[in-house]
Amino acid sequence: MGMKIRIQFSKHGVMKFIGHLDIMRYFQKAMRRAEIDIAYTGGFSPHQIMSFAAPLGVGMESDGEYMDIEVNSHQGGSSVRDALNDVMADGIRVLSVRVLPEHAGNAMASVAAAGYQVRFREGLRPHFLDEDLLRRFREKESIPFVKQTRKKESILDLKPSIHELKLEGDTVSMLVDAGSSVNIKPSMVIEALYREHGETMPEFALLVTRTELYMNAGTDQEKHFVPLRDAGEEF
Amino acid sequence: MIRQLALRDEILLQVEKPARYIGNETGSIMKEITPETIRFAMCFPDVYEIGMSHLGIQILYGMLNGYDDVWCERVYSPWPDLDQMMRRDKIPLFALESQDAVKSFDFLGMTLQYEMCYTNILQILDLAGIPLLAKDRREDDPIVIGGGPCAYNPEPIADFFDLFYIGEGETRYRDLLDLYQANRAQGGSREAFLLEAARLPGIYAPAFYEVVYYNDGTIRDFYPVREGVPERIEKELVMDLSHAVYPENPVVPFIKVTQDRVVLEIQRGCIRGCRFCQAGQLYRPVRERDVDMLKKYALTMLKNTGHEEISLSSLSSSDYSALEELVNYLIDVCGREHINISLPSLRIDAFSLDVMSKVQDVRKSSLTFAPEAGSQRLRDVINKGLTEEVILEGARQAFAGGWSRVKLYFMLGLPTETPDDIRAIAVLANQIAATYYDTVPKEKRTGKCQIVASTSFFVPKPFTPFQWAPQCTKEQFLEKAYMTRSAITEQLNQKSIKYNWHEADASVLEGVMARGDRRVGQVILKAYEKGCFFDAWGEYYKNDLWLEAFRECGLDIAFYTTRERSLDEILPWDFIDCGVTKEYLKREWNRALLEECTPNCRVSCQGCGAARYGGGVCVEEKGAAHGNEN
Repeated sequence: MGMKIRIQFSKHGVMKFIGHLDIMRYFQKAMRRAEIDIAYTGGFSPHQIMSFAAPLGVGMESDGEYMDIEVNSHQGGSSVRDALNDVMADGIRVLSVRVLPEHAGNAMASVAAAGYQVRFREGLRPHFLDEDLLRRFREKESIPFVKQTRKKESILDLKPSIHELKLEGDTVSMLVDAGSSVNIKPSMVIEALYREHGETMPEFALLVTRTELYMNAGTDQEKHFVPLRDAGEEF
Repeated sequence: MIRQLALRDEILLQVEKPARYIGNETGSIMKEITPETIRFAMCFPDVYEIGMSHLGIQILYGMLNGYDDVWCERVYSPWPDLDQMMRRDKIPLFALESQDAVKSFDFLGMTLQYEMCYTNILQILDLAGIPLLAKDRREDDPIVIGGGPCAYNPEPIADFFDLFYIGEGETRYRDLLDLYQANRAQGGSREAFLLEAARLPGIYAPAFYEVVYYNDGTIRDFYPVREGVPERIEKELVMDLSHAVYPENPVVPFIKVTQDRVVLEIQRGCIRGCRFCQAGQLYRPVRERDVDMLKKYALTMLKNTGHEEISLSSLSSSDYSALEELVNYLIDVCGREHINISLPSLRIDAFSLDVMSKVQDVRKSSLTFAPEAGSQRLRDVINKGLTEEVILEGARQAFAGGWSRVKLYFMLGLPTETPDDIRAIAVLANQIAATYYDTVPKEKRTGKCQIVASTSFFVPKPFTPFQWAPQCTKEQFLEKAYMTRSAITEQLNQKSIKYNWHEADASVLEGVMARGDRRVGQVILKAYEKGCFFDAWGEYYKNDLWLEAFRECGLDIAFYTTRERSLDEILPWDFIDCGVTKEYLKREWNRALLEECTPNCRVSCQGCGAARYGGGVCVEEKGAAHGNEN
């Protein structure tokens, strides 16, 4: 039985144009280049045991990307990190490598929330955006949001899914629900702000950076969000 | 290093697959620019996924970037979605690494792998802001140089290029770059450089040659108009492939490309001499790479790229003399590392079936035969040495080994073809199906066997024995395809046979480009101006616009396709010496008409002319191991 390892990495610069599936393929090749002794599934076409926490939309940057892998052997966390960083393309850095306890939930199932920083493209910062608007927005009983997909229209209440929302200079930072049950995109929150002010958000206005992925270390009632890497330990 | 992209985020977020345009891949090379740097943009004029799969570019990219004074970058055709935005916003075409405008480069090299990319050459030049016609270019425009198999008949695209490099790219670029450096240091003109370059072996500068035609449109004379420019241009080739440059660090794309694997070129050329095959003549003589070199490169490239698959590349892998040793080595190494092995162009026999059963899932994979013609008579005409017994025995062994899917490749419209030859395609497919039902007992069958027979339409190519042959019309092609289809439906096992055929229009156009002369260039230009590009992509191929272009230029398609050329006609590509002689090609054309096979190079030398290079198969002892198979 191999050892489960959680890897945190960042994705910046031109790498934001590489989609989720291609990032997975990229890391499969990177594991080979770095000569990580990664474990494989059985069967006629074995593949690396590797799973990613939460897909990041094309165009977004991140300091909080996670994946879990299983290895047969290793030379310690920092050597895994250094070996990977030696073969990374510009824009991707491995930030932390930790070993997971045997019964730790996998990265994807663990994701409960995500932190984002949203900036606006040059000339597109909305004039109405101020601390006052955000305070009023936070104090609302509910924030209904009409979500348009290709097939249908649905209404979602953003209110219980926004855990933090603040303005720091020109940057809006937020902590919102993420994962497989409720997944709030940062653009939804910003769009709701625009609608609150009676305007529509221009296309391609946002520059989004995911700052962290969190799991819930508390209960469903009393949530306590901690970074995904906290499930593991340095080794 | 923070790289500034040529395209704004809004554009990259709107186009399909933005990763095509950002560079930054593992293995891509960044360099400092100094006053001495020669900036070389290497282009494959098709979409990124196709261009990135091409081994030749990876070889030249590695070689040129190995020179301190050269920075070679890559350029591919922007897909129509981006093409439209670049024209709308006047964004000049850029190279992937530096993201700098191609127009500011010293060289723009284009590899010419198939005729249907010719309008994309114009797209590249146009987007780059380089005049489409070489004669309109100014001192600060890049030198536009073409290479690759289509450069062996450069005439249809001669007006668009300053230079062509005839032959294998490994040998002459350094000399060419040295001339460029010297000319630049002296403050020499563009024309001065081109004239110097035209005197280098293997280099053709079309501006320094003139063509005179007879009234019937055939060529009366072709000659150089400047002193010191050679009348004939001999191809360049590498004689010692075991010590030639090979890319240890190929670029690894982020997105899935057509050839998403390590490619190991085991040999160049082919001993077989199939009479329709251009590559089989152009790359003579057959030269193998040393097996120890290949083992070493396989390991290095797998390590450097992280690819999970390795593929052998050659025109006929079964003819590589150390194949067994190499394959066993790869199976051993790759098995441990969970790396897949892909073995294309293997003859089906006991050895290859054994190897394939080790490297692929027999139930999921299919077996490929390329008899090319249905009847033995026609296979003799084309010199395809495969016999019916060999095919059926290979199929029997494969079915016994667990395979149940077979792919068959044929050509329609080969010289001397009769309805009987076409019906023989259906009969052969039926016999293979019958072999399955005879070989595999009922209780072991998992269903029907699946036979997929595909036909392409034969296009005669320069420097083949069929270069004089008439090509079929579109109507003839389609009639042949219908004949094939109805013959298949008459077979007993027709339910086990699926039949595919190609588009006929594009094959006719390909025929014009392949054997065209300089006058065809104006048609290409006109078709491009009417909106033709990405002609190799069915969904973008606009036949009606091409027909309009031919009409407006007053050129007759039939002159280039269905006309039978006389043996003493001056062909547009006759000024190129591709290594095999015209006498040999004539001999082979006559033997074809007599339905006579010609033994392969290992059995006996046919005096094709390539022996003058003094290497490869030409200096091996004859009648050895592979002697009796063809």
